[in-house]
Amino acid sequence: MADNSSSNAYWKANIQTILVFLVIWFVCSFGFGILLRPMLAGIGVGGTDLGFWFAQQGSIIVFLVLIFAYAFRMNKLDREHGVDE
Amino acid sequence: MDQFVLNIIVVGATFALYIGIAIWARAGSTAEFYAAGQGVHPVLNGMATGADWMSAASFISMAGLIAFGGYDTSVYLMGWTGGYVLLAMLLAPYLRKFGKFTVPEFIGDRFYSNVARTVAVICLITASLTYVIGQMTGVGVAFSRFLEVSNTAGLFIGAAIVFMYAVLGGMKGITYTQVAQYVVLIIAYTIPAVFISLNLTGNPIPALGLFSNDVSTGAPILSTLEGLVTDLGFKSYLEQSDTTLNMFLFTVSLMIGTAGLPHVIVRFFTVPKVADARTSAGWALVFIALLYLTAPAVGAMARMNLINTFYPNGIEGQALSMAEIEAGEDASGADLEWVNNWAKTGLLAFDDKNGDGLITYVGDAEANELTVNRDIIVLANPEIARLPGWVIALVAAGGLAAALSTAAGLLMAISSAVSHDLIKGQINPNISEKGELMAARIAMAVAIAVATYLGLNPPGFAAQTVALAFGLAAASIFPALMMGIFSKTVNNTGAVAGMLAGLITTVLYIFLHKGWFFIAGTNTFTDADPMILSIKSTSFGAIGAAINFAVAFMVSSITKPVPANVVELVESIRVPKGAGAATGH
Repeated sequence: MADNSSSNAYWKANIQTILVFLVIWFVCSFGFGILLRPMLAGIGVGGTDLGFWFAQQGSIIVFLVLIFAYAFRMNKLDREHGVDE
Repeated sequence: MDQFVLNIIVVGATFALYIGIAIWARAGSTAEFYAAGQGVHPVLNGMATGADWMSAASFISMAGLIAFGGYDTSVYLMGWTGGYVLLAMLLAPYLRKFGKFTVPEFIGDRFYSNVARTVAVICLITASLTYVIGQMTGVGVAFSRFLEVSNTAGLFIGAAIVFMYAVLGGMKGITYTQVAQYVVLIIAYTIPAVFISLNLTGNPIPALGLFSNDVSTGAPILSTLEGLVTDLGFKSYLEQSDTTLNMFLFTVSLMIGTAGLPHVIVRFFTVPKVADARTSAGWALVFIALLYLTAPAVGAMARMNLINTFYPNGIEGQALSMAEIEAGEDASGADLEWVNNWAKTGLLAFDDKNGDGLITYVGDAEANELTVNRDIIVLANPEIARLPGWVIALVAAGGLAAALSTAAGLLMAISSAVSHDLIKGQINPNISEKGELMAARIAMAVAIAVATYLGLNPPGFAAQTVALAFGLAAASIFPALMMGIFSKTVNNTGAVAGMLAGLITTVLYIFLHKGWFFIAGTNTFTDADPMILSIKSTSFGAIGAAINFAVAFMVSSITKPVPANVVELVESIRVPKGAGAATGH
């Protein structure tokens, strides 16, 4: 096992990354798609509004980007902290 | 050629393809084909996960719910995809590092308790069984149309085929067969959508077509559709009708349920490296998103075509007449055979209540003379749009592939949980291999009998029943896994108390609204007027999960702390280094 201080720092960096990504995840689905939809009502997209687009398509596209971005960022973190396989 | 014969040929050909690949993979390879995921390209592994994951709920049912529910049903789209983000960040890499094969094994080891393992098995069986009921509903719809029999007969035939498929070992676990099933499924789903999108909007990509203009009027198709449904007195397609609270909780429930469903999680246990577990979730979502980005277009366009079919002269003009349906074509010569074919299944019904010889299709329940089961929309969609016969047959094949593969996979999960985790692991460790196999088959037979019986009077449309299963997984398994990884203080007693509290409250809430053991008429409340605020039974999983977390932390704080060796286990699963290969049961 890697020395404790290094894996602690690694874990902290990981948790920080997860929190940032979860905020984006939340805002683009629950936020724009449901809670904040009334605020986006003025922005029209093909016969409806931006909130509808996020609820039915935009959120899914954001999810995809998030997963690959997280994988990319974590691979880098793994190497930096010497905990990669 | 007769549509019925064409269906048989296309469905038969796809089944021959799956069996052919299964035989080729068996004969032509050594261990690498069997070690699930290992040595298989991550992209192919993602396709296989997609086939595993997308069931009758996604393929047959979801777009139909969207067609009639509009904006409110966006929860299915967000809920069934957003969970993959949680899976990739919060669960998959750590469970891969843990390096065993099943969810109950992880819970049993992390919470150093056989009781915890058994409770996890019970949670797994409850969620999976509910999931199978939803699949059976979809199987019944697909078989009744495809064989042109009643819905009940279709359900029994489907149940028999699922049982054989699962008992024979099916083609599950053979990744290349699942890749083929994915390809059939996604082609079957997108081809009719592309045709319809081209017809309506001139845009070949349905996801873009949804937000484009109608070629005949030049107005956006969503606003045209909104005008049609509101003029006919149906609920708005674009506006929110459900409460914000319920939509929010429903989405949470589906998302964390996705991340807690055992048959999805196990796919990430066996990838070669921890880093692969993260990207595998991404590839799986890529292939799932191909269907999920198309589904809202399928829903909206099917609704539009349905309305246009029953109002061939526009909604201001004369509605479709009974005589035209009997003749099998309308005044302009457009084919209406599909209406008669679906009427045979009982899933589409019309009744000329006011005796004017016309079918009045409106939102007002008193005046409305046409009922369309939501679950037939995707299968009927190519017929409604009058696409060529081979497209109709292809959709039937895709629906069957989706329903059969997932139903068989779930039955195997249930049977191995009973025979391996419960009987061999707990009750009788000395059971012979033959005895274990027998127990597995009996468990499978019981599960399918129960699911078929309840499938006759399902608690909802296929996707709604499956949503209940996600709620159960959300309330029981997801919190236990999360606390197992991200907390070093939650102990054995806490985890067991938490899982039981989450599972029991959620099961009770569902039974109070859907009837005890899903038996119709035994419910105290309805989802239209739920027990607590506006929280429907499909959304309660989120509350159940919160209860699970709260109880687990409370009980842990007043009982013995977690032993040092388990704290070490938690430390070790948090770093990828030294994962090695997954080890045996």
